[in-house]
Amino acid sequence: MTDAALTLSSPAPAGEEIRLLQSRIQQMQATKLDTRAVRTHPALESLLPGGALRSGAAYSVEHSTALVMALMAGPSADGVWCGVVGMPDFGVEAASRFGIDLERLALVPHPGEEWLTVTAAMADVVGVVVTRMPARVPDSVVARLQSRIRQREATLIVLGDWPQSEATLRITESSWSGIGRGHGHLAARQAMVSATARTGSGRPRRARLWLPDREELFRPVLEQAGARGPDAPDSVTPVRRLREVAG
Amino acid sequence: MSAAPAPVRSVVLWCPDWPVTATAGFEGVSAEEPIAVVEKGMVYACSAAARADGVRRGLRLREAQARSPQLRDFEHDPVRINRAFEPFIAALEEMSPQVQIVRAGSCALRARGPSRYYGGEHAAALAFLERFAALGVTDARVGIADGLFAADQAARLPGVDLIRIVPVGQSPHFLSGLPVQLLAEEELTALLWRLGIRTLGEFAVLPAEDVRSRFGEPGAWAHSRASGLDGTPVTPRIPPEVRESVTDFEPGLDRIDQIAFGIRAAADRFVDELAAARFVCTALRVELTPERGPARERSWLHPRWFGSTDVVDRVRWQLQGGSMIESALTSPIVRVSITAETIDHSSHHETGLWGSGSDERIHHGLSRVQSIVGHEGVLTATIGGGRSPRERQLLVPWGDRVDERQAAASRPPKRRAAVAAEIAPWPGSIPPPLPTTVFDRPRAVVVLSAGEKEVVITERGLLSAPPVVFSPDPGGRRLRPLEAWAGPWPVYERWWDSAARRRFNRFQVVDADGTAWLLALENGRWWAEARYD
Repeated sequence: MTDAALTLSSPAPAGEEIRLLQSRIQQMQATKLDTRAVRTHPALESLLPGGALRSGAAYSVEHSTALVMALMAGPSADGVWCGVVGMPDFGVEAASRFGIDLERLALVPHPGEEWLTVTAAMADVVGVVVTRMPARVPDSVVARLQSRIRQREATLIVLGDWPQSEATLRITESSWSGIGRGHGHLAARQAMVSATARTGSGRPRRARLWLPDREELFRPVLEQAGARGPDAPDSVTPVRRLREVAG
Repeated sequence: MSAAPAPVRSVVLWCPDWPVTATAGFEGVSAEEPIAVVEKGMVYACSAAARADGVRRGLRLREAQARSPQLRDFEHDPVRINRAFEPFIAALEEMSPQVQIVRAGSCALRARGPSRYYGGEHAAALAFLERFAALGVTDARVGIADGLFAADQAARLPGVDLIRIVPVGQSPHFLSGLPVQLLAEEELTALLWRLGIRTLGEFAVLPAEDVRSRFGEPGAWAHSRASGLDGTPVTPRIPPEVRESVTDFEPGLDRIDQIAFGIRAAADRFVDELAAARFVCTALRVELTPERGPARERSWLHPRWFGSTDVVDRVRWQLQGGSMIESALTSPIVRVSITAETIDHSSHHETGLWGSGSDERIHHGLSRVQSIVGHEGVLTATIGGGRSPRERQLLVPWGDRVDERQAAASRPPKRRAAVAAEIAPWPGSIPPPLPTTVFDRPRAVVVLSAGEKEVVITERGLLSAPPVVFSPDPGGRRLRPLEAWAGPWPVYERWWDSAARRRFNRFQVVDADGTAWLLALENGRWWAEARYD
């Protein structure tokens, strides 16, 4: 208990500490009877209902593969296998830079007609299934897949709309730094991410994130005045001339 | 070493120019033509016709082609050449056990058994030659002498005799006239040549003790060979136990599901027999013989080991040949042969009491997915070399082996300096962050300048006008303004290869929605390579 006494003696960090502990308790506690929290990337904790991804639940992401990768990064760092179904354009190298372990990643780029069978078979063995829905999927198929996911305690991340998703994440605004009109190159992006939960007040949660920052990491944008220097979106990198390359 | 074993009477069978004969056989050309088997740009072996034109072993390919303009050259493939010799060994083993393979195209036996069985050394040699001729090699030669070395030299001696027998005890005399180069000890023979020793006989008369003290053990061994006292025994090979399962269909089957069903029992037996001997198979070769046309064979690897359903799956995938069509084949299959290529003791693959369970589960699950979408449908990824994001991602079917050199680059470090070091051998590759969506095929896009004109690159490598509007649609609909852009970054790749050479310019653009794109301008057309979304 001495530790607690010590931390309580200084009021400012104590509040921080308590909030941290509370969030961890919240993460580990099941908010419903049959769901467990999965390790989540810290940048996304504030956005997701319950503060964490949950196994047996589905999440949908609109348009942004980077957000999908941010969602995958947490479980993958925890040693969970990930399966990507029906996304032939998934950028593997970016994924590995963002912390997804390629040794525990399986891809089925073209499931074709067998999309449901493949996704269900994937859900049997891997912890996180990432997929993009084919054009038309009947509601009964959605319900079947959803129950399979719940039964197998996998997490489903859908790029696109998913009727029974726990939360829908989207980028509402995004600004790139490092690039100008005819000079520089893409270096970092600040994005406003909003998440709409299925249950709850209906008011979306919002957070400003680096997706990614200059170190290729996902993290929240610090809104402190002192930290404005490197984080400022308008700090343009010196123009880097690229010579012609041959070879 | 005074108690060295006495030389054993040996028979050596030698097929001249075996690499050429074997290569001509599987390349489907006549061995009468001028042919050279080439290794690392040098002639490794050549046919008689090529030799008549002046082609020699060790010649550079250019020089050989200059001497013999009609020369056809083939890459040296030791595995296939050795495999082609296998039936000959098997045929000899039927006639007399205990055959030693000296090298591909040459083998040795002890003379005693065959000569007693066939009633004389000459009769035995004739029997061997007849057997070889029946298999298609008519110019094989036989040498019989005391000791392996002498017998080998007798077989290889130039001349027209197909059988050359050195009488008992005459080996030293036979060898004494031959040049020292036959010892195949380059350093030693060069030195002996400078010492004025030109023949094996001259070398043999040197006192054995002096040779040993001057040239060491290899010299002493060369000396004993030169004196015809080489006691190296014939060490017969242990005939490999072939683990295979052959299923014949009469009449041939032309439906994949029928064939898969037909081999199920055979696959079970194949795996069970291995298991009974406490082996597991980790690599196997499937050979499919259709009624018409050549047999199709392919090796399959397994990340763990083959169970019977895995074997059936591999056969089915090979029948499908990449396509997903379950329908009829072009030609009915009459024979399916499954051979274990690599077997291992099952004790190395036992499941532990704890652990390894989850990976096994993953493996079973992914194999199930593979049985739905085919072998190439389930992929694992590593990062390789290259400039474009598409080139850098290497996708390997689940279960296949990743090239080790490529796999070394698969764990990228996080630090920026380290990242810079990693991309160092690829100057001009795009700087991080990397695009999250890499298009399977580049998509045509439209980039326009202020006056709604196509933006192009001038001959000086500059943009005709700054890009202002962008459409991700090739038809130019959904035009949107550009927030920022950077480029052109010229790339000139593989200029040495006229077929694969590319010259284009890369750009990064950010559209009004805040989505960034990696574009390429090649031959006046704009393509989107990747998207940062």
